[in-house]
Amino acid sequence: MSEIMLRCENVSKQYRLGAIGGTTLKEDLQRLSARLRKKEDPTSKIGQKKRPISNEKFLALDGVSFEVKKGEAVGIIGKNGAGKSTLLKLITRITGPSKGTISLNGRVASMLEVGTGFHPELTGRENIYMNGAILGMSKKEIDAKIEEIIDFSEVRQFIDTPVKRYSSGMYVKLAFSVAAHLDADIMIMDEVLAVGDMAFQNKCLTKMRQSAQEEGKTVLYVSHNMNTIRQLCDRVIVLEKGKLIFDGSVEEGIAIYMNNSDSGSNVVTLHDKTHLGNLIGGAFMESMEFLDCENATVVSGNPLKFKMNFRVDRKLEGVKMRITVKSRDDVPVGISISDEVGSFDAETMASVTLAFDTSLLAQGIYYLNFAVCQYDSNGNPVILDNVARACNFTVINRQDDRSVWSQMWWGSIKFPPMKVCEAEAKNIN
Amino acid sequence: MTENKKSDTAFKTVVSADKKIFDLKLKEAFKYKDMILLFVKREFVSKYKQTVLGPLWAIIQPLFTTVVYTVIFGTLAGLDTADASPAPMVPSFLFYMSGTILWSYFSSVVSATSHTFLANAHIMGKVYFPRIAMPIATAISNLISFGIQLAMFIVTYIVLIINGSAEFVLSWHLIFVPLSILQLMLLSTGIGIIISALTTKYRDLSMLVGFGLNLWQYATPVAYGLMLIPQNYIGLYHLNPVTPAILSFRYGVFGVGYFDLAYYLIGWAITLLIAFLGLLLFNRIEKNFADTV
Repeated sequence: MSEIMLRCENVSKQYRLGAIGGTTLKEDLQRLSARLRKKEDPTSKIGQKKRPISNEKFLALDGVSFEVKKGEAVGIIGKNGAGKSTLLKLITRITGPSKGTISLNGRVASMLEVGTGFHPELTGRENIYMNGAILGMSKKEIDAKIEEIIDFSEVRQFIDTPVKRYSSGMYVKLAFSVAAHLDADIMIMDEVLAVGDMAFQNKCLTKMRQSAQEEGKTVLYVSHNMNTIRQLCDRVIVLEKGKLIFDGSVEEGIAIYMNNSDSGSNVVTLHDKTHLGNLIGGAFMESMEFLDCENATVVSGNPLKFKMNFRVDRKLEGVKMRITVKSRDDVPVGISISDEVGSFDAETMASVTLAFDTSLLAQGIYYLNFAVCQYDSNGNPVILDNVARACNFTVINRQDDRSVWSQMWWGSIKFPPMKVCEAEAKNIN
Repeated sequence: MTENKKSDTAFKTVVSADKKIFDLKLKEAFKYKDMILLFVKREFVSKYKQTVLGPLWAIIQPLFTTVVYTVIFGTLAGLDTADASPAPMVPSFLFYMSGTILWSYFSSVVSATSHTFLANAHIMGKVYFPRIAMPIATAISNLISFGIQLAMFIVTYIVLIINGSAEFVLSWHLIFVPLSILQLMLLSTGIGIIISALTTKYRDLSMLVGFGLNLWQYATPVAYGLMLIPQNYIGLYHLNPVTPAILSFRYGVFGVGYFDLAYYLIGWAITLLIAFLGLLLFNRIEKNFADTV
């Protein structure tokens, strides 16, 4: 089972910036004749010395190397523009690398977009054949699988209707079913699951998972949804700005991807971060600092102390601080509102120190949104300044606690123990 | 380094940055023959879906063109419809029809394949298959339309023979019929893929195709006989590889006409050269076309 199915060696992909291919034959000929006569390029902009296109290069992928073995499900994560899609395009041979070698062992099935090659005039059944053939199946193979595909797609009733009459959900289901039943050795998916309802998404993930574990297929999966990555993959590759920065276990990889904006430092500047919802104004958070801890790490049950510095632009009364605690995947865990921190005069720098009770939080990494607000008479907040995902902190177990917490299944809150009100045992007979 | 080489041979597919010029990938295209057949079907079926007359349209177009040619070039302008003297007995209606169906096959394949990359960018940008499959499918699906037109031609021919206004002599000349169809297929696909490879960068060419084909038709004996061309220019005239294909087709079906072995072979040589160059250029472009289109 340790056969290598895919190997990328030092793969780079270079793109030219600017109007790629946006030149006309006339311009190219003019440029050529000008170069032959050693004159200035007539198509270049005034003052521009060199040919305008060739001097700006962009490396979408920069020396990426990795190997994938048979039966592995590998997730590829990274921010927009990190090179994930480019990597998949190279592996699926849609475009060639500028440098390096990609070696593949076996047939590659790509699902970079569902329904590729669906023709609106053809019926569902005809399109299954069409799509399967484009993805590399022979007619015989499709014949053998067509019933299974139709069952999986849940659109049997409409299978002999032209797909132009389909709803978008039906379209996607049919397309995914074809792709999922490919007899390929390497399956490549680029967020195709973002469409389709939850039930169908789960069905697809289960199917992919099965393909990898039972049939020994190799799966490469790109997604921004960390939950589906956790469900499907047993290894992740993290890309950043075209470089491979991590290759290893899922949780670690996700942590690196989620964190690489900010490692847990004690002092955080806020003035250069995006201040959202700053509709009313009046306050502007400049910086904050965690107190009495190292690397923004707090032992479960201890208070998280921090000092917030903000500028006050106009006279404010009854100011409160609000924090929103979010999990690594940006799922809100809850909020905590401070007592009134006081009243401030215009044009002052305020500095408040607060303590947040972490005893309910399970171990893990959390992100904080900060808001400076006032509360109206109905108890609703009036946001004066708000910084989302401002910083993160880590909650660790007490030394005597060796338990492991699974955020995926249990969430982030450890409620206080249940009280036993009554307990008795009766003889069954 | 040697160790690296060794492990590479174990992989079935290796994609690297260096380009092999003479890798024509025809073998790979053959593996996808099921897909090519489906493309052919798709193109043919979707062309006539939701039309009342269906594939009859394949007949109507050349039929009316032939009628118009017969009236305008034959009757009004009185152009000669003979390829060689002494004038053989070929009804001008049949003469125009043979030229029209051959030319319409040639021009429709050229214009359809020249859009290969642009028209299928949405598929090609998402999934890999040998790109050459697309123009091959186009050439074949147009061959079906041509087959229908050829049947129409044969029926017309038979009607005219029964009528007594045409005659048919069975001879070995008939071999030129499939040969010239094959030649036109290679030639039109070759020209089409050269244009399609260049249009990924220069969109100007797609503008040129439409009216270029219109002009080209006048340099080809479609609506007039070869007799109209002055003797001095016959050699130059034959450099147009469509010319010997059409002349030999007519020579084949009518048993009379113009045939010159040297010109015929030159025509084939040009055809094969264009088809080969087309393949080379096409394979060179297809690898990175997704970045430039």
